Amino acid sequence: MKEKLVIVGNGMAGIKALEELLKHEPDKYDITVFGAEPHVNYNRIMLSPVLAGEKSFEDIIINDQAWYDDNNITLYTSEKIVEIRRSEKIVVSKKGRELPYDILWLATGSNPFMLPLPGNDLPGVITFRDMRDVEEMLVTSDAYQDAVVIGGGLLGLEAAHGLELNGMKVTVVHRADWLMERQLDESAGFLLKSKLEERGIAVLTDANTKELLGNERVESIKLADGTEIKADLVVMAVGIYPNITLAQQASLECGRGIKVNDLLQTSDPSIFAVGECVEHRGLTYGLVSPLYEMGRVLAMNMLGADNKYRGSVTFTKLKVSGIDVFSAGSFAAGPDVEDIVFRDARQGIYKRLILSDGKLIGAVLFGDVDEGPWYFQLIKDQDYIADIRDYMIFGQSLAVGAQTADPLVAVAALSDDAEICGCNGVCKGEIIKSINSNGLSSIEDVRSHTKASASCGSCTGLVGQLLKLALGDSFESSSATPMCGCTDYTHEDVRHLILLKELKEIPHVMQELQWKTPNGCSKCRPALNYYLLCALPGEYIDDYQSRYINERIHANIQKNGTYSVIPRMWGGLTSANELRAIADVVDKFEIPTVKMTGGQRIDMLGVKKEDLPAVWKDLNAVGMVSGHAYGKALRTVKTCVGEEWCRFGTQASMSMGIDLEKLTWGSWMPHKFKMAVSGCPRNCAEATIKDFGLVAVDSGWELYVGGNGGMKVRACDLLCKVETKEEVYEYCQAFIQLYREEAHYLERSAPWIERVGLQHVIDQMVDNHDRRTELANKFIYSQQLVQKDPWSERASGNVDSHEFKVLAKIG
Amino acid sequence: MSVNWIFVGHIDEVPFLGSRVVRTDHEDIAVFKTANGTIFALIDRCPHLGGPLSQGMVHGNSVSCPLHNWNISLESGEAIGPDRGCTRTIPTEVRKGQIYIGLCKK
Repeated sequence: MKEKLVIVGNGMAGIKALEELLKHEPDKYDITVFGAEPHVNYNRIMLSPVLAGEKSFEDIIINDQAWYDDNNITLYTSEKIVEIRRSEKIVVSKKGRELPYDILWLATGSNPFMLPLPGNDLPGVITFRDMRDVEEMLVTSDAYQDAVVIGGGLLGLEAAHGLELNGMKVTVVHRADWLMERQLDESAGFLLKSKLEERGIAVLTDANTKELLGNERVESIKLADGTEIKADLVVMAVGIYPNITLAQQASLECGRGIKVNDLLQTSDPSIFAVGECVEHRGLTYGLVSPLYEMGRVLAMNMLGADNKYRGSVTFTKLKVSGIDVFSAGSFAAGPDVEDIVFRDARQGIYKRLILSDGKLIGAVLFGDVDEGPWYFQLIKDQDYIADIRDYMIFGQSLAVGAQTADPLVAVAALSDDAEICGCNGVCKGEIIKSINSNGLSSIEDVRSHTKASASCGSCTGLVGQLLKLALGDSFESSSATPMCGCTDYTHEDVRHLILLKELKEIPHVMQELQWKTPNGCSKCRPALNYYLLCALPGEYIDDYQSRYINERIHANIQKNGTYSVIPRMWGGLTSANELRAIADVVDKFEIPTVKMTGGQRIDMLGVKKEDLPAVWKDLNAVGMVSGHAYGKALRTVKTCVGEEWCRFGTQASMSMGIDLEKLTWGSWMPHKFKMAVSGCPRNCAEATIKDFGLVAVDSGWELYVGGNGGMKVRACDLLCKVETKEEVYEYCQAFIQLYREEAHYLERSAPWIERVGLQHVIDQMVDNHDRRTELANKFIYSQQLVQKDPWSERASGNVDSHEFKVLAKIG
Repeated sequence: MSVNWIFVGHIDEVPFLGSRVVRTDHEDIAVFKTANGTIFALIDRCPHLGGPLSQGMVHGNSVSCPLHNWNISLESGEAIGPDRGCTRTIPTEVRKGQIYIGLCKK
C-alpha cells in the first residue's frame, strides 16, 4: 500500500511542492489536499491583475480540477483542518472528517494583519488576501465612490491601483515617511508617490489611522492629527503574519512561524511545513520565489535526496501597469557601503546599486527595471564585481561587453536555475528540458507544458529566446516577424499590448515594451503613432515628428525635394470655377507640370515647399480642400457617370461616390485606401480592384473589398449585396474601421484580407449585425474629430509655420 | 583655412526630433535637434540620390532620408547599415541657447 501524504493548504507553496514531487514520482503517494477556500489552486500573486481587470479568475488558476483528477489527488475545498492528532497520525477537518497520514505537509500560509482600531469590524472594512476580498472590492466599487487603503506597501498599492481602475476615488494612508519603505529608498519612494498621484491616487505619508467611523458600514477614517477622510471601503494592507494556529494547537515548535530545519521538517519528523507559515533560521517569507524554492527542496527530500533549504534572497516587483519598480537585497546606508546612483529626471528613471566589500548587495530601480534580474543574480551569486563596477549601472550589455548585443548570448549565459518566470517559478533549465524532451516548438507549447509566461506574460520574450536557443533556426523560421529592429514584438503584440496595458503615448509604449532604441526608428514611430491614434480617438495627441514628411506637411515629396499638390474633387467631379482657380495657381506659382491622376484628380507637380501655404490659400478660396493624396488615408472615390447620364446606368454612382467620400475623408488608416463606384456591372470605374468598391445592380449594390491594382494585382472579393444607400454607408464605415483596427501599419486591405481570410470579415461585419453597428459607430465617432482641412489650418499661418520657412539665409 | 562661426538661430526654433534648413548661396544645410536636445548639422543632401535630409525623420543620432529611407548618422554623416555613402557634416556650437555653425573662410 502506498504511503499517505496529506497536505493542509491548497495555496501556492504546498501545491508547488506537490507539482515538483509528481514531476519525478507520480505514483509514490496516496495524496489528499485540504483547502479552506472554495477554489482549486490559483495564483494568489495575480489577484492584483484580477482586481485591475487585466485578468479573470480563470486566467489565474494554476491547476484546475482535471489536474487533481488526472493525478489521483483527492481535493477537499472549503474544508479547514482544525486538529492534528499527532499520536494517532490523524487530521480532523471542520466538517468532522478524520483522515490518517503517514506524512503531513503544513502549508497554511499567512493571515492578513488587521489593525486593532475602533471600528475595524464595520462592514466595508476588508483585507486583501484572497479571491473573496477581490470580489468584495469589485462589488463595492460598483456601488460606492470613496476608498481608503491603509498601508502603502506592495499589496496596498496594487489594491489602490485596482480600485482606481474600477472608478473609485482612492486615498492611500501610509505610516512611514515614504511608500514601500522596506523595499525602496526615499528617492524611489518619492518618484512612486508622484507617479501614483498623476494617476489620481491621493497619497498621505507619515499618517497614522486612529479610528474607523460609520454606522451601518464604514463611512470615514480619522487620522491621529484629526483629519477625516471619506471612505465607503477601507482596505487594510498593513502586512501578514504566519498562520500557525493549527501547528500551535498540535504543540509543534513555533516562533513567529512554524519552526523548521533545513529539510523543512518541523519538530515532529513526519510533519513538514512549507511556504509563508514557515520560520526558517529565524526568518519568515511573504514573497513567491522563496515559497517555490522551499517547494522544490521539500519535494526532492520526499524522494530521498538530501537537499537543504538555506534561505532566500528576495526581490520585489510592483504589479501596477505603467509603474515599474524593482527592489532586491539590502539598501540601508552604512559605513562600508557605497552607492552608485543614476537618474534621468525627464524619463523618470532612478537606479541605485548598493555595494559592500566589492560585492553587490542591493538594487533599487524605478522607471527602468529591465536589468533587475541581472542585478538580482549578481546579489544572489555574491560575485566580486570590481571588473564591471564602473559600467554596471548602465546594464549588463555595456558592463559585460559588446558580445551580449546578441540577446541569445545573454540568455545562454544564464544558469539553469535562473528564474525565467517569476509568477510561476519556472527556471531556465526546466524550460529547456521541456522543450527538448517534449519537442515543444512554440511559446504556446511552453506555456501549456511549463506555465512559463502563462501569467503576467512579461517573460514571453525570454521564453522566445530560450526556444531560439534550444531549437536554433528552426524556431526562427516559424516565429513571427518583429515590427522592426527596435523591438522583438510583432505588430499584433504591440497593438494588443497597447490596449491591454492602456498605453497612451509613444514613449510610454517604448518604455513598457522595452524598446531597444531610445526613440525608435522611421519604421516603428509612424506605426506606433497610428496605432495609438486608432486606439484612442480624441484622446491621443498626434505625434508630429513620428509622421513621414508627406503627412507632416500635407503634400507629396518629389525626387528633387519639391512637392505635388492634389486638391479633393469629390467623386471625381469638378467645375469651371475650380478649374479656373487651378489654372491661376499654376500660372502664379509657375508650377511646371499638371497631370490627371489615376483616381480622377488633378495633380500639380513641382511646387516649392515655401509656396505651399499660398497655393493652398488660393485653392481654399474656391472651396477646394486637401485631397490627402499624400497620406495613409482615404485617397479618392472614383466614379463612372452612372444613372445620372449613362444609358446603361442602374444607380446614381456619382452622388454615391460623393457621399462616400464625404463620409470617409480625413480618416487615418494603416495604408492608403481607394474606393470606386460603378453604376452598372460594366464597371467603368474599375471598382473591383479597389480597397472598397461598389457595383450597382438593378436591385441595389454589390460590395467588393480587398482589391488592388498596384504592384500585385488582386481582384476584390464580393463581400455581400445590399439594397439601400444607408446600408452602403454603414457597411463602408464598418469595413474601414475593421481594417483600421486589424491591419498592420503599411498593410493594404488586400494582404490584410489574405492574412485574416474573407470569412473573418464576413463573420465580423456581415453576419454579425451588432458588431457591424459597433464598428460603424466607432468610425463615425473618430471621424467627428478628424474632418478638418489640414490645408486651411496651415494656410492661415497658425499651424506648423516653421515648416515653410528657412531658419536662416547666409551669404 | 580657419573656421567662421555664424549665428543661425535659437535652439528653441528647431523642434525636438526635427530639423530646420539654413540656406546658403550654393547649398542648403540641415540643422537637426535630437530627443535630448543635441544640435547637429549636415549638408542637406542624402549621399544616395540627393534627397533633402532636413525633411526626414530623426531618431537616436540619425536621420532617415525621406526619399528612400537611407539612415544617415548625424555625427559622422555616414550611411548606417547596408548602405554606403557619406554626407558632409558641418560643425555646430551652442552658446547660451544660440546655434552657430562653422563654415570655412575662403
